[in-house]
Amino acid sequence: MAKVILEARDIVKHYPVTKGLLQRTVGWVRAVDGVSFSVEQGKTLSIVGESGAGKTTVARQILLLEKLTSGSILFEGTDLYKMSPAQIKDEYRPKVHYVQQNPWSSMNPRMRIRDVVGEPIFVNTKQTKKTVYTEVTKLLEQVGIDIDGMSRYPHEFSGGQRQRIAVARALALNPTLLILDEPVSALDVSIRAQIMNLFKDLQSKFDLSYIVIAHNLATVRYMSHSVAIMYLGQLVEYGDSEALFERPLHPYTRALISASQLTLPEDSEGKAQQIILTGEMPSPLNPPSGCRFHTRCTEASDKCSKDVPEMRKVGKQMVKCHHYD
Amino acid sequence: MSNIVLQVEDLHTSFFTRAGEVKAVDGVSFYVKEGETFGIVGESGCGKSVTGLSILRLLPEPAGQVVGGKIIMEGKSLLELNPKQMRAYRGKMISMILQDPMSSLNPVYTIGDQIGESVRLHQDLPENMVEAEVIDALRLLRIPSPEVRAREYPFQLSGGMRQRAVGAIAMSCRPRLLIADEPTTALDATIQAQYIALFEDIQEKTNVAIIFITHDFGVVARICDRVGVMYAGKIIETASTRDIFKNPKHPYTKALIQSVPQLVKKDERLFSIEGQPPSLLRLPKGCRFYPRCTVSMDICKEQEPPEVKIGENRSVSCWRVK
Repeated sequence: MAKVILEARDIVKHYPVTKGLLQRTVGWVRAVDGVSFSVEQGKTLSIVGESGAGKTTVARQILLLEKLTSGSILFEGTDLYKMSPAQIKDEYRPKVHYVQQNPWSSMNPRMRIRDVVGEPIFVNTKQTKKTVYTEVTKLLEQVGIDIDGMSRYPHEFSGGQRQRIAVARALALNPTLLILDEPVSALDVSIRAQIMNLFKDLQSKFDLSYIVIAHNLATVRYMSHSVAIMYLGQLVEYGDSEALFERPLHPYTRALISASQLTLPEDSEGKAQQIILTGEMPSPLNPPSGCRFHTRCTEASDKCSKDVPEMRKVGKQMVKCHHYD
Repeated sequence: MSNIVLQVEDLHTSFFTRAGEVKAVDGVSFYVKEGETFGIVGESGCGKSVTGLSILRLLPEPAGQVVGGKIIMEGKSLLELNPKQMRAYRGKMISMILQDPMSSLNPVYTIGDQIGESVRLHQDLPENMVEAEVIDALRLLRIPSPEVRAREYPFQLSGGMRQRAVGAIAMSCRPRLLIADEPTTALDATIQAQYIALFEDIQEKTNVAIIFITHDFGVVARICDRVGVMYAGKIIETASTRDIFKNPKHPYTKALIQSVPQLVKKDERLFSIEGQPPSLLRLPKGCRFYPRCTVSMDICKEQEPPEVKIGENRSVSCWRVK
């Protein structure tokens, strides 16, 4: 059993909705509502869901940019909320880094690449400029950026190159966990493959763990060891990636996989299988009773609208659906 | 045999910038038939959106200009129309759907007003008939409770519904040709599947010809009848969707299809095309794909490959294909 790097236990984030002069709370947006998962060393966990599912809130909670309403997050066995601010700064922050979706907005346009990549080192250590820049050269080499680019500005690079630079910056302090928020969705098809291969190479080279936030299942299958499918603030299915793709259990997972599958024309077998959901995701302000997915589910029964399903272990997966009771 | 709605012949569109002439579209030819969907696939900067804008003559002039070629719609040459005649085509004969619905809708007008605008402009109808047309257009796009939605503002609709409202504006005058520029890119996976199914349905009902511009081969497989693959301003391969997937001829098409992660098992390495598309200011002398091609020959460096017809509906520009 590999070492668990990060574990989320039943994490919750509710945002108050206030109204009127006195800003009285009139309701709660249940953005994240009881989510548990863990990431092992050298492995990748993907959190998949449509917009509004709460996946970015989960990422922000891990990065301590959002306070937990309840639940706990453990990093290498220690509860983050029991660490002192100094411990967070010295022991947690350098180990966990974030790569954003859009490489056009995640860099200061007035900083040279050597400073963009070197900044985490300047902030966290007391090295001289010269040693930091030597370090930056190594980092850029690892991600496949020509070191002639060191003194250039972000606008002089293409999208794929910028994403490489963003990765170099995230690697600057030898982290153990990277959180990748839609790492390739802003890139072109031919460049995507390059970047995904880069992530895989870096993972095996440095034994990195990744949490990938994504909505595209195709890239997820290629990258991840385990997958968590989120719907309206909750996990509906969680488990080993290959098992989940081979035998999706939850009706929502099946619909998502069907939507991302490549159906070749005149391939009548494939066309018949396409599942098209009706309607849209309900509001997290007032989630449906019973199973949250029952309003769009193709297999919903009476029970689904009344009773809340439990998370159950079925084979290599965990699934939250009454059909597996 | 169905009719050809739009024929584009050897279209050249350039942008004149301080750095020089950027040949965004450099000799593109294709046609679309009634009730057919023609896909234009390519990466960003390959000229696919500029092709769409050239057809509608919506280029940001004077910087962007059509410098050569013909665009013929049902016998009329669009490039020879005066601005007033062209305006009568836009929205009525040809309409367009853009990627981001929030920026193509006006936030201060209701959905009904915005659909009604193109109806009033192109059809001489009494006001109560305009309203009926608006509701009809909303219904065509399967927007639930159209009477209520017509009175709502864009911010009151979800992303998927907004994109349907944009579709309703585009379809309100029952155009002959619809240019859809990445209409599903901003939508979620399950909503995207709904939207594509809706397009098929609309095409069946109205027999509209669609030019579908996208970078996503998954979408192509689902909706297009024929595809043109664009690279650095040129269509380098045209074929039926089935042939493109089953038997791609051009090395760039092959590479693109091999880098679609749906088709790759987890432990295989994804095929990636090294390098980047060339700058349109400094195009290579020979084949544009030569610097990134894995099977290039000496001739590729020196001479641009001609478009070779193979079979009835196929053409490829590559020295390897004879």
